[in-house]
Amino acid sequence: MYNSERLKSSKGLLRKRRTIVPSSAEDEQLSLPLKYKSNKIRTTKYSLFSFLPKNLFEQLHRFANVYFIFLAALNFVPVVEVFQPEIALVPIILVLSVTAVKDIWEDYRSKQKAYIEQCWKDVRVGDFVRLSCNEIIPADMLLLYSSDPHGLCYIETANLDGETNLKQRQVVSDLPLQGLQFTLESFHSRVECENPNNDLSRFRGYMEHPSGVRVGLHNNNLLLRSCTIRNTETVVGIVVYAGHETKAMMNNSGPRYKRSQLEKHLNTVVLWCVLLLIIMCLTTAIGHGLWLKNIKDSVFKVDKETSPALAAFYVFWTMIIVLQVLIPISLYVSIEVVKLGQIYFIHNDLALYNKQLDSRIQCRALNITEDLGQIQYLFSDKTGTLTENKMVFRRCSIFGVEYPHEENARRLEVYEAERSEAAARSVTLRSGCSGRSVSCRHSSVSLHTLAAESEEEEQLSNRTQPRTRAFCSRVAKEVLPDPELVRKLNWFRSPVLPLRDGSSGTPSNLELTYITDFFLALAICNSVVVSSPSQPRHVVPEARTPLKSLDEIKLIFQRLSFSPFSALSILSPLQTKGSPHSFTSRMFSGGKTGSFTLSPPTNCTTDGSETGLESNLEISYLRCEHDSSSRVKGRDTGQMDGRGTEDDIKDIKTNPEGTRQDVEQDVEDLIREEDCKSDTDDELLYEAESPDEAALVYAAQAYCCTLRGRSAESLLVDLPGIGSLAVPLLHILSFDSNRKKMSVVVRHPLTGQVVVYTKGADSVIMDLTETPKVAEEAQEICSHIREQTQHHLDSYAREGLRTLCIAKKVLGEEEYKVWLKGQLLAESSIENREELLAESAHRLETNLTLLGSTGIVDRLQKEVPETIEALQRAGIKVWILTGDKQETAINIANACKLLCPEDQLLTINCGSKDACAALLKELQLKVQHGEDRLTEVPAAGNHGKSSSGSVAGFILVIDGRTLDWALQDELKKDFLQLSCRCKAVICCRSTPLQKSQVVRLIRDQLGVMTLAVGDGANDVSMIQVADVGIGISGQEGMQAVMSSDFAISRFKHLRKLLLVHGHWCYSRLANMILYFIYKNVMFVNLLFWYQFFCGFSGSVMTNAWVLILFNLLFTSVPPLVCAVLDRHTAAHTLMELPELYNTAKASVPYMFWITVLDAFYQSLVCFFVPYFAFAGSSVSELSFGSPINASALFIILLHQVIESPTLTWIHALVLLLSAASYFGFVLLFSLFCVTCSPPTNPVGVETLHMSQPLFYIVCALTTVTALIPRLLFRALFNTLHPSAVLKSAQTDNVDSEKYRHKMQRWNLSKTINRLPVCADNPGLEPSTDS
Amino acid sequence: MMASSYNAKEEDGNHPGAANHAGAGVVKSKKPDNTAFKQQRLPAWQPILTAGTVLPAFFVIGLIFIPIGIGLYVTSNNIKEFEIDYTGADINNPCYNCAKNFSWNSTTQCVCSVPFTLEQPFESNVFMYYGLSNFYQNHRRYVKSRDDSQLNGDRSALKSPSKECEPYRTSEGQPIAPCGAIANSLFNDTLELYHIDSNGSRNEIPLVKKGIAWWTDKHVKFRNPGGNDNLTVAFQGTSKPVNWRKPVFDLDPEDPDNNGFINEDFIVWMRTAALPTFRKLYRIIQKKSSTTPTLPSGKYVLNITYNYPVLSFDGRKRMILSTISWMGGKNPFLGIAYITVGSICFFLGVVLLIIHHKYDTRNNSADIPN
Repeated sequence: MYNSERLKSSKGLLRKRRTIVPSSAEDEQLSLPLKYKSNKIRTTKYSLFSFLPKNLFEQLHRFANVYFIFLAALNFVPVVEVFQPEIALVPIILVLSVTAVKDIWEDYRSKQKAYIEQCWKDVRVGDFVRLSCNEIIPADMLLLYSSDPHGLCYIETANLDGETNLKQRQVVSDLPLQGLQFTLESFHSRVECENPNNDLSRFRGYMEHPSGVRVGLHNNNLLLRSCTIRNTETVVGIVVYAGHETKAMMNNSGPRYKRSQLEKHLNTVVLWCVLLLIIMCLTTAIGHGLWLKNIKDSVFKVDKETSPALAAFYVFWTMIIVLQVLIPISLYVSIEVVKLGQIYFIHNDLALYNKQLDSRIQCRALNITEDLGQIQYLFSDKTGTLTENKMVFRRCSIFGVEYPHEENARRLEVYEAERSEAAARSVTLRSGCSGRSVSCRHSSVSLHTLAAESEEEEQLSNRTQPRTRAFCSRVAKEVLPDPELVRKLNWFRSPVLPLRDGSSGTPSNLELTYITDFFLALAICNSVVVSSPSQPRHVVPEARTPLKSLDEIKLIFQRLSFSPFSALSILSPLQTKGSPHSFTSRMFSGGKTGSFTLSPPTNCTTDGSETGLESNLEISYLRCEHDSSSRVKGRDTGQMDGRGTEDDIKDIKTNPEGTRQDVEQDVEDLIREEDCKSDTDDELLYEAESPDEAALVYAAQAYCCTLRGRSAESLLVDLPGIGSLAVPLLHILSFDSNRKKMSVVVRHPLTGQVVVYTKGADSVIMDLTETPKVAEEAQEICSHIREQTQHHLDSYAREGLRTLCIAKKVLGEEEYKVWLKGQLLAESSIENREELLAESAHRLETNLTLLGSTGIVDRLQKEVPETIEALQRAGIKVWILTGDKQETAINIANACKLLCPEDQLLTINCGSKDACAALLKELQLKVQHGEDRLTEVPAAGNHGKSSSGSVAGFILVIDGRTLDWALQDELKKDFLQLSCRCKAVICCRSTPLQKSQVVRLIRDQLGVMTLAVGDGANDVSMIQVADVGIGISGQEGMQAVMSSDFAISRFKHLRKLLLVHGHWCYSRLANMILYFIYKNVMFVNLLFWYQFFCGFSGSVMTNAWVLILFNLLFTSVPPLVCAVLDRHTAAHTLMELPELYNTAKASVPYMFWITVLDAFYQSLVCFFVPYFAFAGSSVSELSFGSPINASALFIILLHQVIESPTLTWIHALVLLLSAASYFGFVLLFSLFCVTCSPPTNPVGVETLHMSQPLFYIVCALTTVTALIPRLLFRALFNTLHPSAVLKSAQTDNVDSEKYRHKMQRWNLSKTINRLPVCADNPGLEPSTDS
Repeated sequence: MMASSYNAKEEDGNHPGAANHAGAGVVKSKKPDNTAFKQQRLPAWQPILTAGTVLPAFFVIGLIFIPIGIGLYVTSNNIKEFEIDYTGADINNPCYNCAKNFSWNSTTQCVCSVPFTLEQPFESNVFMYYGLSNFYQNHRRYVKSRDDSQLNGDRSALKSPSKECEPYRTSEGQPIAPCGAIANSLFNDTLELYHIDSNGSRNEIPLVKKGIAWWTDKHVKFRNPGGNDNLTVAFQGTSKPVNWRKPVFDLDPEDPDNNGFINEDFIVWMRTAALPTFRKLYRIIQKKSSTTPTLPSGKYVLNITYNYPVLSFDGRKRMILSTISWMGGKNPFLGIAYITVGSICFFLGVVLLIIHHKYDTRNNSADIPN
């Protein structure tokens, strides 16, 4: 699979860095054998041999198991001994083995997704590794050689972060051996780099050549383990990190373990149980002491020496062993097992399955399922979470002129409307062209079909080629150009016109340069990788000889840019007159001709890759057939490029002849040309790191400003009217979230100047742009542009568009050189490279000239408004935390119905902390007044802050800067109070840190359950802080998913996840916990009551085996099954009535005491009915215990039936099996156990009793008497206080519409004195009415 | 249009790093199975307990329990039982002297006679019990103090009894057989019953001592070491329990098959009572003919060989004569309890009916569709 050339390993380890010397080198200084981890990786926790000791050791860390072991050990002390030692070991062994099985299963589960262990394990640090195309990188290594002439190499990181685009990696710069075949012998350099860490995007180090020259190393040089080499024939690298030290492994922390709220509550319950146990044991101990004191010399007194006090002390410990089951330690294991079952069902839910991505919900945290049912605050990211994060170019503003792109808007609307319809169309056709064909029709009819097609095709392509799913949605690719802008571009193409008609609607030349620069910036200021279907992901060779006439254009450009304001009409008539005809025609069709004649599409035809050609032909053929438009008649004959030529020729023919008075004609020509172009151009695919970038590149493409390829040194761009140009790329300052912008430094292809194009958030760019101090006129224009652009930006934001500003800056050569020096210095430094780089970037990105701005649409995901409304009705407060602009955020909030028209917006944007404090106070008062007013209004339902969404409320909007102050200690309280009273809070312009701070504040200060949902790396901290973190596996990689507890693919899945699964999981677990406690208290008390009749001596009336197994085996499975399968309310009811979500919350504490009381009553009945039935008779110990145990079993199982809301055949089966297992066990035991269980010898007992009617008479009386109160209680409660859950359950079968209305009325009345109500929790219901 | 069949995979989703990306031919869909089980749509019976649903149950319980209770009560009342305390705590008791002068070491046996009168004749088989009160046979240490293996005839256990038997494990260097406190405290009063004729003569009533122990105990649980022949040899090298007067192989001089561990009196004693007041079957008085009652009404004398001390711990000794029925001995509790519970249920049923009419007008139980 790969060639590892390994000669010898000598490694160096310094404290803070690691030094890597090629294994081949014999370096004396580093001869000491230093150990770097080998490449062997184990992702499963256990191996076959290590399992037992390791697992045991881990289990012993749990309190529960220590308790069990303590009990088992206690039983070995003779004076307190209760059972035979081996019986005492049963619980601990059973619990340990159940846990072990569960651990094995989890381990197995993780193994399935583990990395394959290959013979990679032999790879060591310092080895040279040679890889070929499509091989997986075995360890983190430094790229030393690539077969690519430019030392480039592409990797796909899908295995690492889920991003499907290619990333470019570069050979360590200045390697002398570059270009030649790489030879090991020639490499003598030493590599120093930082110690292993988990930061995927950072790598710092330097390489020291023998000559002493140091070359900086950065992330671009590093090939990460488990990525795949693409598009590069051979690469050679030196391993720097191996095995568990690779970045991939250090990032893989595996599933997380969080302690759930319910489990925390369980601890208090367990403490109560401990208290109860101690009370019971003390009672027995004191009783025994007193009893012993009163009993004089007797024949039954075995131990005559021990003093009563000491005996009492012994009895205390004995009783702890006897009553040990009172502490539901096995409950912890049971809960874990149950949660696995719940996870299984959540994981298998069809409603949480995304067909398009073929992904289910991922449950990464296994033990917080029930927390889903208790969420009170939901913090949501906006982009990618509420929205699709499929960016579509919507409109732009250049030179202060707005281009509304009406057609584009209409297209998007049609798309929106059509997406649900999914018209039935011939699928074969589309599968034939594999969803790649693009035709940009502009008639309204085709718009329609296009929309339908795109949705369908999107699905199709997602299924067939998931790799392209990210940024190739057709909607994003097709941008319908704005006619006005097209016209202006056309003016530029035919420079005759501005002369002819200078005033009316004619763009100035300055504006033209702005427009050109703008689109050039859109096309090149990014990190987009270009590929085409026929030749995926290839670097398009940049060498293209420009047209001769290019010089002329260059001249124009130079003039324009050098002295933009000196002369408004630059193109002197003379110049154009020289060869008006030829120039125009060349200008106009230059792009096409150029691309055809000079270096024809570069990708398929010249290479003679027949397959590519054929596929293209096929596509065009199919489309032609499919296309109803007559325009393409007869095209199927020629070569595909011929079509373009044909068109061009037509254009050329028509243009000189035609009078061209009609502007419309021009527009159409251009559009047609574009059509043809996109048809001919083998449909370039852009793969970008963020969807915005791709959207912008596609937008530029729509205006014939096409990015055709990129290499390390240059970019190949088609410019309208000019043709393909190589733009020498000098530098990329890639995007980072602190700077909020990215820049490219290029040498302008036309002017030859060093130009910086910057693209970034408007807030940042607007501050960095400046008005030139040259001329007043220019200043005026500039400030005008700024003003206008700001105006447009605001309106974009109001529309909910994402805004970006494009700016440029021309650098003088000297200036550039100075900067370059600093930049190189920064790049090669190790320690504080980040700071230096940021500083360097800061130096560059100043004094920018604003070109324009773009507005990108990010559509809401499906069913987001419905989901948010449902969540709000469920009493969950939804907050939006976003990095976006305030207007955008509010707009999105509006769109997703977080905000109702009646709602009052409270906006906090303060310049200072004091102002912020004052405003907070003021708003609090305002809210207070508002609430007072509301309460005065007698209308029902106005009280509830969380009642149905239509009630007017307050929405707090706060921006990042103010949030900083609000989060400070002094203002925290005010902010909290204010935000508590608001229906929703929107934090805009917030940083990742702020997001997590907000979540932490709410979580800690209010003590509520929080859920954070997000999709990007900026949400990670928030997701980690929240009680439940949900990652949306969307467009932005896997980082959010990796840190989340649950990963879903759509926001709407939250609805079912919380309202149904959360509700179910919570009520199931809560009920199971109560049931377990009931069961234990009930059973243990039987033994306790017996103490009053055996001199408090710790005797039991049961065989030890039965005693131990009763809880562990005979009655343990039904509650587990119920806790996995019970449906307290039907799923659709929960979905339709989100209000029910509340009813699940907080039921355990109240119900706990009722349960304990009931358990006491039942045990009293269960003990004293047999007692009175057998009092004074010849009944022996075991004979007395036999009916008690049997009745206890019946009571416990039937209690489960009463408590269980749903009974399926599985329930019935398990209940029957449980009963059968008990009777089977005791019968067999009493038949065959002659001497096996001293001293309580069971032989003959059960067989005898079960053959007597008295046994059944007693059992029947006991069982019925014990269960009557519970039954009565339930019946009366359900009749007199029909709870929400119960009623809704009845809506299932009764006339549902009628009940819906009833429910709504009920809800309204309930909101007035809103109290949590639960069917299985009658203790909560205040008995006010009846 | 997507005709491919979905093969649901059980394992978790696409964890990054799953090295399955290399494009293994068929792409399995991760779509979950649409089965009722996996989608949690199993048909279920949903018991919604309301007054309406529950009240039939209450009525039914009431209707069933009351007759049963009456039957039990009548049966219990038909059982004849006679009980006489012969502890001798009271100075008027004939056994007062025996009780007072008791010592384990005394060689002479103290005998006392307690006269009594049966008001009603006992028709069927009469079971004769001895009853002990305040005797904690269920004390934890006491209950444990035995060796079942030894009693089962295990030879090694005979020679070296379980340490549970301490301090009644060895005596004078020899293992005790049977060892332990239970065996040591074997009830050893001898009771004889005489019927006083109308003419004043004493007729001894034959008391059957066979069949008083459980069949399983006699035949399975208790066995003599080395079978039943020549117990003297079998118990060679063992010592009798401290309190015993006779060794275990000499418990019943009249019936050689009733000796050793399978002596029925011994077996009965070894089945420790559950409660501190208990009775144990002593003898059976079998009905001789269908015409005469087993025990006609009249005067009787109970002759007691007083060997067993109970006064030291405020215990009581009784002799009980009782007939039995299918439900065991006399016990009015069950009958009364059944009648009470049945009545309560019936009453609750009525209450629920009223409530149901007042409040609960909806449908009763529900079956969830799908």
